[in-house]
Amino acid sequence: MAQRQEKNIARFGVYAFLVIMAAFFLMPLYVMVATSLKTMDEVRGSSIFAFPLRPTLEAWATAWNSACTGLTCAGVSVGFFNSLKIMIPSTFLSIMLGAVTGYALSFWRPKGAGVIFAVLVVAAFIPYQVFIYPLVRVLSQVGLYNSLGGIIMVHVIFGLPIMVLMFRNYYAGLPRDLFSAARVDGGGFWDIFFRLMLPLSPPIMIVAVILQSTHIWNDFLFGLVFAGSDNRPMTVLLNNIVNTTQGEKAYNVDMAATILTALVPLVIYLASGRWFVRGIAAGAVKG
Amino acid sequence: MTAVSIKDLEIQFGSVKVLQNLNLDIASGEFIVLLGSSGCGKSTLLNSIAGLIDVHGGKILIGDKDMTHAEPKDRGIGMVFQSYALYPQTTVEGNLTFGLRMAKLPKDEIERRVARVSDMLQIKPYLKRRPAALSGGQRQRVAIGRALVRDADVYLFDEPLSNLDAKLRAELRVELKTLHEDIGKTMIYVTHDQVEAMTLATRIAVMQNGVIQQLASPEEIYNRPANLFVADFIGSPAMNFLSGTLGAVGERVEFRLKDGHVLDVSAYPFAKRPSAPMEAILGIRPEHLAISPREGLLPLDMAVNVIETMGADTVIWGTCGAEKISVRVNSELKLNPPRGSMLKLGFSLGSASLFSAADGLRL
Repeated sequence: MAQRQEKNIARFGVYAFLVIMAAFFLMPLYVMVATSLKTMDEVRGSSIFAFPLRPTLEAWATAWNSACTGLTCAGVSVGFFNSLKIMIPSTFLSIMLGAVTGYALSFWRPKGAGVIFAVLVVAAFIPYQVFIYPLVRVLSQVGLYNSLGGIIMVHVIFGLPIMVLMFRNYYAGLPRDLFSAARVDGGGFWDIFFRLMLPLSPPIMIVAVILQSTHIWNDFLFGLVFAGSDNRPMTVLLNNIVNTTQGEKAYNVDMAATILTALVPLVIYLASGRWFVRGIAAGAVKG
Repeated sequence: MTAVSIKDLEIQFGSVKVLQNLNLDIASGEFIVLLGSSGCGKSTLLNSIAGLIDVHGGKILIGDKDMTHAEPKDRGIGMVFQSYALYPQTTVEGNLTFGLRMAKLPKDEIERRVARVSDMLQIKPYLKRRPAALSGGQRQRVAIGRALVRDADVYLFDEPLSNLDAKLRAELRVELKTLHEDIGKTMIYVTHDQVEAMTLATRIAVMQNGVIQQLASPEEIYNRPANLFVADFIGSPAMNFLSGTLGAVGERVEFRLKDGHVLDVSAYPFAKRPSAPMEAILGIRPEHLAISPREGLLPLDMAVNVIETMGADTVIWGTCGAEKISVRVNSELKLNPPRGSMLKLGFSLGSASLFSAADGLRL
């Protein structure tokens, strides 16, 4: 009996700890959601932890389509579509290029493959701030600075090392005989890639999509520097809304805009969390 | 006509030379088995014929055309891998047609070939299944089928039966032999299993350290091994080796065993009669030692050590002088000599082999 009681107490302790930690991490989210549902009067009048008495979506509507970002007042919606325009092609291109390069490195092993791979690994760990000024110069030379093409290219370039790393390791875990069999069967470089390797890639593909899309969506610095005023991503607009308000700070609108901006990665994580873990594990075991 | 001809082949991995000055001519329709223990270069040789690894010197001719640096797909070959290497994302049918679709063959031709091969290998019921849903034997059948639909002139097998259990292996071995007789195509087959080699091959190439030790028919390899390595590698239990001295005494040639026994080996079919006395090794297969010596057999004495019953055969282990030997007898004889007892054995020179102790070559 005593033993069981001891066990129960221990278990209670563990659960209590977990609940407290969860509450701690969820608290900011709660404050944001609660504040975004309040009117400014209520924000001023109550504690930030107070539950909204008369919940309203007014702040959300304002954040979406009429909050001011500097001179224009069109909310974060413009940024939402800009971010989509940047994220979709950048994610697609960086993954495809990473997959092809990883496939070439692990199966075709061209001369110097080891050196190329080493350079990529090193490149993946250099802080990218170092590259910003040279890149600005290069892009403006070729006329891509401040354009949608320019920002997509920047994302693709910086996403490449980690994508190549992931795909190379994944393909290195596939049996080489498969590749040999496909070669005997008459496959060339692209045949084998599209007909054999890509159909075998969904596990690592899912990880890559999650990694790249959230990373690109959350990017602020590149968007600010390279996208140009017409293509500012949602994160940059959010910053402008929060930092450029005249007079009273509209906390409820700021909160709503922030949640709206964070919604896309949040949904991606929630929808694909299970596959994400599975894919990471698959890559880890086989790599 | 030669199907495959390999001239002075040289292959190295880094600074290690795996194959050097290797020559091999394979006639059309032959079933060649490359036999050797792991690391002997047999798979390297096969992969170089397939075009899956780079050749550093020499030539590979397939169907009299220089294919040394050709792409695998252009060599007119089909290949079966030890790990099956079936494409996991597609069905059995998808596996069979993978290469044909890439070669953009007409649909009815693809269907005709798949039908023929799946009939031949009895894999028709599984055509719509994925490889993951098949047993090992079925998978290897599909892998063989995938090679066969290519309608190649030369088929390469890289230890195709090694991953199967013993019973299935024996079954598929017979099927492979029948298949070869039916289609009559050239086959090159890598294995470390001497039973597979003995049963399947028209000629066996025994390899060690990247060198072909002997290339001959299974009977020749078994009965007249070219050197000590081949003699020792082939046969289970292994051939008995007795060392001694060979010398000519007048018209006769005598073999003096370590324990002083002298055997008259004048009747041995020497390639070249030894003149000066030399160190030699006498090799006799366990089943060629008769337990009841008759007239005309050369005598040997053995002290019995252990008896192994193996079903149809019984193997008696013991010593002759200081050297370990074994005798294989029919179990029906119901022999059970006590440990330590002496057995009188006899053997005929026709079934024995003599090797030079210096270089291990057959005399």
